[in-house]
Amino acid sequence: MRSAGGYTEYHPRWYRKRVSTYWWLHSWAYFRFILRELSSVSVAYFVVLTLFQIRALTRGPQAYAEFESPLIIVLSVISFLFVVFHAITWFNLTPSAVAIRIGGKRLPDILIAAPNYAAWVVISATVAWFVLGG
Amino acid sequence: MMPKKSNEPFFWSLFSAGGVLTAFLVPVQLFLFGLAFPLGWLDAPGYEKLLVLLKHPLTRVYLFLLCFLGLFHWAHRFRFTLYDGLQIKHLNEVIFTFCYGGAVAGTVWAGYLLWNIH
Amino acid sequence: MPQTITLEVTRYSPESDTEPRTQEFEVPCHKEWVVLDALNHIKNELDGSLSYRWSCRMGVCGSCGMMVNGEPTLTCAAFLHSYAPGPIRVEPLRYFPVVRDLVVDITDFLSKLQKIKPWIVREQEKPLSEGEYLQTPQELDTFKQFSMCINCMLCYSACPVYGLEPDFTGPAAIALAQRYNMDSRDQGTAERLEILSQEEGIWGCTFVGECTKVCPKNVDPAGAIQQYKLAATMDWFKSVLMPWGAK
Repeated sequence: MRSAGGYTEYHPRWYRKRVSTYWWLHSWAYFRFILRELSSVSVAYFVVLTLFQIRALTRGPQAYAEFESPLIIVLSVISFLFVVFHAITWFNLTPSAVAIRIGGKRLPDILIAAPNYAAWVVISATVAWFVLGG
Repeated sequence: MMPKKSNEPFFWSLFSAGGVLTAFLVPVQLFLFGLAFPLGWLDAPGYEKLLVLLKHPLTRVYLFLLCFLGLFHWAHRFRFTLYDGLQIKHLNEVIFTFCYGGAVAGTVWAGYLLWNIH
Repeated sequence: MPQTITLEVTRYSPESDTEPRTQEFEVPCHKEWVVLDALNHIKNELDGSLSYRWSCRMGVCGSCGMMVNGEPTLTCAAFLHSYAPGPIRVEPLRYFPVVRDLVVDITDFLSKLQKIKPWIVREQEKPLSEGEYLQTPQELDTFKQFSMCINCMLCYSACPVYGLEPDFTGPAAIALAQRYNMDSRDQGTAERLEILSQEEGIWGCTFVGECTKVCPKNVDPAGAIQQYKLAATMDWFKSVLMPWGAK
């Protein structure tokens, strides 16, 4: 395919460096990005854990009481940290994606992020209240 | 002669919805059921109370949505992580099937479990 | 502050090299010098064969983008004393083919930029007799940030997806598409959406966010792309749920 400058798209003399499979280790920013993306695995872990807990619950109090192990606790701790990381990065990025304009002026990022955080606290408290016996 | 329009928006909306829902709800739920109760930091509600809570149709719908969207959030994000992180784009059909297939399977299992609580 | 500072500059001669190599130069470390001044010094005094692009030397032309210590930077804005005591690694912009030394082939970017129609698209051109388009300051404000792009391509060098995915349109091009979409004079949103909603057009973007970090003009291409994704998604749902729309 001939492109604008009269060059062919692939010119044999131009040097093209292959992107390393470990590009994501080449800077802290890239590494943090991959960690953020991997937080989705913790979300999936949570879903699977919840489904197994529900299954144990339906099999009776014995089964439910026995459904725990040190491994599950360790994985849950790690996943909890990742899931909080997911929430924080998600709320911090929401203002970029959601550009709200009032009377032509764009709402400052903090005014979009802050309500998200506030809602997070309220929703978490509500869920806890329901679970702990409200 | 337009190359075909991508269907990514569909998967992206599931990813986004899942992202929002899980950001708000998973931390507290995982804290309670994954840490506080097993480790005894908080008194877990008794077995009977939990079962009553679970049986409520709203709880079932809530949990189903959380599982469904959470899994599809994972599927989309993990799929791109495999593409970019490991550069195995040439396996994209396998990855696509594994991710979304897994999400579908999980959702079906969630539906089955939540439907059959007696 | 040291008297001199070492620059490790990438050299590549397509006639004789199969791979780039690094050449070290020691340049005076003046307080007000930027990396571009150092490169000019090298070319004037040390090695006239060094090839690189530059023009305005004040951060508005977008010509002098290079990797400085692994970060995409405008060399006219990178002060030597920020990197003291050095050494300073100067390499060509990442993810672009290298033509010679620090010069990269930007054809890919230019063709993608052209594809998204970076101009006012009208269904009917307004005749001159009808006078000029009128635009309020509020209407200008909706797209002004995205119009600040100087096409320096630092965002492309920051974007791992661009490096991995050849068909990805890239941050600047999508931000510029959004700049025209949001312009009250423009009527080409649907046309651009047709082009960008193809596979890979915008959907390769995983919101790494590095493009916005390195942008010297605060264009926020990452934000532009996410906003574009939202618009494209709503358009997709409309076309699926209401396919009888005028198309």
